[in-house]
This record gives sequence, structure tokens and C-alpha cells, in this order.
Amino acid sequence: MTVGLQPQPGVKFLGMPPFPEAARTALGDEQLRRNLGHATSTIRTKRLNAVSELADWEELRISGASIKDHTLAHLDDYLEQFAAAATAAGATVHWAADAEEACAIGVAIARQHQVDEVVKVKSMATQEIELNEALEAAGIDAWETDLAELIVQLGGDTPSHFLVPAIHRNRHEIAEIFTRRMGEVGRAAPDDLTADPARLAEAARLHLREKFLRAKVAFSGANFAVAETGTLVVVESEGNGRMCLTLPEVLVSVVGIEKIVPRFEDLEVFMQLLPRSSTAERMNPYTTMWTGVTPGDGPQEVHIILLDNGRTRALADRVGRQALRCIRCSACLNVCPVYERVGGHAYGSVYPGPIGAILNPLLHGVADEHDAALPFASSLCGACYEACPVAIDIPTVLIDQRAEAVREKASHVGPDPERVAMKAAAWVLDSPKRLRFAERIAIRLRGLIARIRWLPGMPGGWTRSRAVPPIPEQSFRDWWAQRASAEREREEPDGQP
Amino acid sequence: MDSRERVLAAVRSAIHEAGEPVVTRNHDTTLAGDPDLVELFVERVDDYRAEVHVIDEADLTLRIGEVLGAHKVNSLVVPADLDGAWLKTTHARLVHDSEEVTAADLEGIDAVVTGSAVAIALTGTIILDGGELQGRRLITLVPDLHVCVVRVDDIVGSVPEAVRRLNPTRPLTWISGPSATSDIELNRVEGVHGPRTLVVLVVR
Amino acid sequence: MTHVSLFVTCLADALFPDVGKATVTVLERLGCTVDFPAAQTCCGQMHMNSGYPDEAGTLVRSFADTFAGADAVVMPSGSCAAMLRHHGATVAPGVAVPPVHELSEFLVDVLGVTDVGARFDHSVTYHPTCHSSRLLGVGDRPTRLLQAVEGLSLIELPEADQCCGFGGTFAIKNADTSAAMGTDKVGHARETGADYLCASDASCLMHMRGVVDHQDRAARRPASLRTIHLAEILASQ
Repeated sequence: MTVGLQPQPGVKFLGMPPFPEAARTALGDEQLRRNLGHATSTIRTKRLNAVSELADWEELRISGASIKDHTLAHLDDYLEQFAAAATAAGATVHWAADAEEACAIGVAIARQHQVDEVVKVKSMATQEIELNEALEAAGIDAWETDLAELIVQLGGDTPSHFLVPAIHRNRHEIAEIFTRRMGEVGRAAPDDLTADPARLAEAARLHLREKFLRAKVAFSGANFAVAETGTLVVVESEGNGRMCLTLPEVLVSVVGIEKIVPRFEDLEVFMQLLPRSSTAERMNPYTTMWTGVTPGDGPQEVHIILLDNGRTRALADRVGRQALRCIRCSACLNVCPVYERVGGHAYGSVYPGPIGAILNPLLHGVADEHDAALPFASSLCGACYEACPVAIDIPTVLIDQRAEAVREKASHVGPDPERVAMKAAAWVLDSPKRLRFAERIAIRLRGLIARIRWLPGMPGGWTRSRAVPPIPEQSFRDWWAQRASAEREREEPDGQP
Repeated sequence: MDSRERVLAAVRSAIHEAGEPVVTRNHDTTLAGDPDLVELFVERVDDYRAEVHVIDEADLTLRIGEVLGAHKVNSLVVPADLDGAWLKTTHARLVHDSEEVTAADLEGIDAVVTGSAVAIALTGTIILDGGELQGRRLITLVPDLHVCVVRVDDIVGSVPEAVRRLNPTRPLTWISGPSATSDIELNRVEGVHGPRTLVVLVVR
Repeated sequence: MTHVSLFVTCLADALFPDVGKATVTVLERLGCTVDFPAAQTCCGQMHMNSGYPDEAGTLVRSFADTFAGADAVVMPSGSCAAMLRHHGATVAPGVAVPPVHELSEFLVDVLGVTDVGARFDHSVTYHPTCHSSRLLGVGDRPTRLLQAVEGLSLIELPEADQCCGFGGTFAIKNADTSAAMGTDKVGHARETGADYLCASDASCLMHMRGVVDHQDRAARRPASLRTIHLAEILASQ
């Protein structure tokens, strides 16, 4: 049975316009802006409280960043160590160079067990590789069990936030989706369902319980993978993770190769950084750590798919590789003024927000116009860097990726008005004489410029909502020259020898 | 070249000039000051809207009975090694955990009583490791009420202290309050899939 | 006597000369001698932030040549100072960029002054621009300077740490998002009821003023909520 769980055409990421245009559409959605504004401002305040409680927060950030940097610099060794330890503990380790390979491995495992459905705990990596679509194509339903993912899946929608994928939906929209859709795919929502969040959570509990009890195979991601022990870690809130990681017979975890930390003890850093940065809690309700197979307890067949899918491309970028420190906490999304206004969908990727604006181009390159537009989707205000628990200097990487995008465009496209303008500006600014000349032309035209209400093309973006600044009667440098010569005259009045 | 070799080769080529980043670990590994760990733990568990009581060892049996009675527990699952003495004051139908007990069996069970391995005062976290008095992971997951006994000796101050006490080869479950979600407009709602009620008995 | 080399910034030079004049007034009032090296142009920020690091490097090199040996280079812009201090070496490797000071840093840290002897009989709300606060870490220096101005009443700006939305070419490439951010910022400033919205960057001010003027024009009302640079308030008496 396939029940049309995947996003409907039109809301799918593929085929979305590049960021500026998608952002404009999103900005016009008043409901979306209210939902986002409310949610992000709530979490921003909470995060500041959670972080300020720890006196050693800055030291933790540095520990987190430096542990990750060290791991990335020795990633080959740590990956091999992890695979050996996990295998020794009874897990089967698979390697996937790209999404296609990873999906093929996952589908093959599900097929081996002859299931027509699997349960899933929310995972960015499985979204990235579009595992649900691959399973569905093989006739296997993949049930998302995280409340927000359920909302997104039932709404035929795409996630817009790492942590709160349905951040763009308010309680009334959620109640409507549950009432309309739950019955079509399993236990229906109660007849008297209201928009009370507790009632909505209860409806999800009842709807998913039968799926948890029935499922033979579960899919997950992992927040951390410990090289020395082969341990995987899933950090969650609702208990759907525990359900998926404990009840089924078979567990398949898709793990990005950057999730490795060298030692079990390193978790003492990340288990402090992650909850406080993401849900702004001292600790998330549930964390599961498992090492291979525990006889008699939990899944007795455990698979781990180590996924590259562009990560080694990002790893090769000297400036950009720090993006692989990311622990997917979403603090950067919550503090980003651009994300707050346009939401996650405008980024056209499972990785939205500031981190998405660097991660997507690093993973895929900037040949595609969507990826090329993302590094420019920022005012470079730096709020993301300040909030990042592993100190990723997102603005610096954005700037570096902008240069990549410009180089890439120059290598393919012919004369480009923007490039011509930037080169011309550089030529003018490189010489005080030329700058002075340009200033004087502007001053000559000041009457005309003052009447401008509309400009064509790109500069039109400014005039749509902002007035053009008036041109002064005299530039500073001319004023200074005049003042200096007046002073000289005072010091050496005419007619004196 | 198989996928393993391809991924590793790509990693090696990407990091060939990555150098040797220095690891700096200056974060605290113990709790600053000398707070009363029991008091702090209780305060933090309470913040998650879990029920928490500090009791004397001598009263444990009585208090377990009271909690189960107050929550109208008719059926109860306990780890195989749980001391029958703890349960003398309850009349609930008792299931002892064993490999024969399935999740479907547990679906009809009201509550679970377990011990715990380590607890963290600063974050109000309880950690189960499947060891003594804890049973398999599913028994603390499917029933709607979890009564968890924490010994004061097992309470440490901070996350690093706890991590250093754990055995990573065991299946570990960190529990901080009842199951919760913030998925609806980022409002916290207690009670989704795990036990919706968590009662913590801190035993002096 | 402290000798100051003024880097006025290209934007203030061409569009906001009053900001440059005010900076000179304040510095001279405090006993500095000010010179304006005529070879100066631009810090290169626009090019670097737009993906043209080579062009930015050329401009940073010109800056370094022009101000080589200066005792103190002072500029009325947090973002240009941040560009030169933090990114100069990135785009112009090997070039010794002279130490630079944003105006409020120079007044408070180098001259050790918070009361610059100004008078300004208006209510003011202050927007701490992102690069001044996050990249330079100027902290409360600008507001300490404002608090010491006679006659001035400083009103706190709600959500002050939120970006105004200018962001250089972001204002054009992502004009709608930029304008939405600007509209919210101006909205918060209007909520305060202050006469003036003040900041330490002419670029952010140009954007915010653009929003204010556009709103006033659309509503066919006289100009409201004036924008002003910190230097202009400190220069007034």
C-alpha cells in the first residue's frame, strides 16, 4: 500500500525558485511570518537562559569545536576504528559514497525482511538521501514517528527546521491535518480533537502506538558515533526514538561520516552543548546510546550505513570544512533574522538557515543556481556564529562561498551585469581621482537623483521599499580640500611676501 | 574499489593538508562550588514536571506502595532481579521481565518500577544501563508510568562526572523528566510516546 | 597632542559628508589634530562581502599604503573598521594593515573620554550595528557616549541586537528580505517614540532612512523619525 506520503508536487524542493524569489513568496505569507516570529523569539530567549546557566559555556564551545576539528583531520583513522568497534559489538557496517548507494542498502535490508512498512525516527541524513521516497518506490511505507515529522508527512509538506520541522504550522493547522489525514493511514484522530497541544500530542501517541508495536524494521540517524567503542547516540524528546531503537527486530542507522567523535568521554561536551542549544533545555528528555547488539535487549540485527554524499567534498574545503562540526542543533536558525522572516522552505533544502546556506554549497558545489544563491541569503550580521555551540564561523564561510559562486559563474556565463558593475566599482574606488570624478558627476545629477522613485533591474530591489538617499551638495573630500585651502589662505594672506 | 575504499580515499585526499588541530579541553569536569547534590537533583527533576520524593531506605517499600496506589496501578512490570521486598505493599498484578515478555504484553501494563545506574544533579537526569534492578529497555518505555528509584550515592554533580562513570558497551538510556515535545509552536507538552508520568524516589 | 588620520569611508565621503565633518569636529574639540590623506578611497568591504576578494585585496593594499605609519587611523564606521581589522589580511595576505579604530572605541579607549562636551536636546534611540557589536565588540561605548550628552534622553530600542537588514549588496540581491528586516527595525524605533534613530554606521543608517522616507512618502506625511550618526550627535552643541 502506498498512501501518497511524499510531498505533493509544487511543494517539493526540486523545482523551487532560487532563494531571493522563494523568500519573496514566503514573506508574503502573513501566517507563516507570525508562526515563525513567535516560535523563534520564544526559543531565542530560552536558549540564552539555558546557556547562561553554565559558567564554562565558552570553554565547552572551544572543546566541542576543537574535538571536531581534530576528528575531521584524522577522519579516515577514526572511521576505521568506529567500523571495527561496531562490528566487534555485533553490528553490520555498510559504507555509502552517495545517496543512491545508501538508499539501495537500506531498501535491500528492508526487503530481506519482507516488510511493507518501517518506522523511522527523525533523521536529517535520511531526509537528505530521500530514503522515504526510495522505500516508497520499493513498495514500503516509511512512517515518520517524530510529532513534527508526522505533521509534515501527513500534511504532504516538507520540513522547514531541523528540530521543529513543522515550525511553520500552528496548532489549528495541525489539528486540521490530523483530523483529515490520520484515518487514511492508520488509527484516526479522535472525533473531538481540539487544537490543544496536549490533545494533539495524545492523538499522535495513539496513532503511532500501533505502528511501533507492529514494526519489524526501524530506521534512524545518529547524533554521535563514538570511534573507540562503536557506540551510536540518538538524542530526542518524545520517546518515539526509544520506540524505534528498542522495539523492532532490525535497526538500520544512517550516519554521516562527520558524526564521529573519538572517545566516549567526548560525549560529556556534546551532551551539554546540544540540548541547551537546540531545545534550550538542561537536558533533552531521552537519549539512547547503543553499541552493536545487546543480547536479549533491543534489536538483534543492527546495521550502520556510513554516509559520505558530499561530506568529503566539504572536508576538502579549507575554509568551509568547519561546517562539518555542525551538530544540527538549529540555534543558528533560531537567531537568524533572515530565517525568522522567510522560514526554512525558501532555502530549498533539508538543511535550511545559516548552516544550510553554507552546507548545501559545500556538499554540492555552486554550479546549480539554488546552491549558488544560498551564500548570499544572509546580511552577515553574525548572530549565527555567536550562537553556534561548536563555533562555526558561518559569516566567514558564507563570504568564501560567495567568492566560489562568483568564480563559478564567471567560468560559465558571459558578460554579467553584476560582475561588470562590481569591476567598474573596483576600478573607480581604486583611484581617489576617479572616485572624486564619480562623486562630482553624482553631485551634478543630484536634482535628478532626488526625483527617483523607481529603478529598473536589480537596483529596483532597493527602490521598491526604500527611498534613494539624497546626494549632498559637496563630497567630504571636496569640503576638506576647500577647508584646507581656506586655512592656508588664513595663514598666508594674499599680498604678503 | 568498493564503497568503503572510495569513501576512505576521498577522506584521505580531503584532509591531506589539514594539519594537526590542537584539542583544547578547558571546560569544567566537576560542579563548581559545593552544592547539596540531592537538593539540586530534586529541584531539577521537579523542573521537568516529574514527581520526586526524597525518602529513607526504611520507607521505600511503603512509599512504592503509596505511589502505585495514588496512580491507581493495577498491573506492574519489574526487572527480573527486583527485590520482592520492594513490592510487599502493592496488590497490583505483577509481571517479571524476561525475554518472553513482548512489547504487546507490556501495552496492557500500567506501570514499571526500576532502579537506576547514575543520576546527574545539574540536569536532573537519570541514566539506566540495563544493569542491576533496571531490566531490558522496553519495560521502562511501553508502560505509561515509570517509578524510578535513585540512590543518593549514584547522584553526581555534572554531565562529565556521569559520563566517566558509564560503561559504553551497555545499552544506555538517559531520562530527564517525562516524555515531552516542543513541536507545536515550541510549547513544551509533557507526554508523547514514553511514560507520561515519571516518579522519582530518591533514597537516602 | 594626539594626531589622528581620518578614514572617512567611501560612503560618508560621497553621500554623507556631514558624518565626516562631525567626526572632525569632535576630534578637534578633544584636542586632536586631524589629517585626511587624500589618496584614501574604500576599505574593500563591499567587494569582499560580494564575492570579489581580489578586488577587495587591491583596495586593502591601497588603504595600507595610504595610512602607512599613521599614529591612529579613526573611522566613523564599525563595519569598515571590522573589515580592515579582521578580514584585511585574508584578502591582502602579507600586507601590514595599520591598526584602526572605530570612532567610539577611539574616544573611550584611546582618549579616555565619555563626555565629549556635546549638547543635543532630543530623545534618541540607538541601534548597535551588527559589525560594531559582534565583530568589533564595541559594547556599550556608544551608549556611554550618548548618555553623557547634555539634554539627550536615551530610549532603549526593543530587540536592539537584531540586524537592520542592510548587509551591503544583500540589500539589493535579497531586497525583499532586507526590506522586511528594515521595516521591523524601523517599527521598533518608532515604538520608542524617539525623535532620532542613531547608529554608528552610515550604511545601516542609509538603509533605515530609506525605509523611513519610503514609508512617509507612501503615507503622504511629513518626514518623521530622523536618522542620525553618532558622530553628528557628539559634534552638536
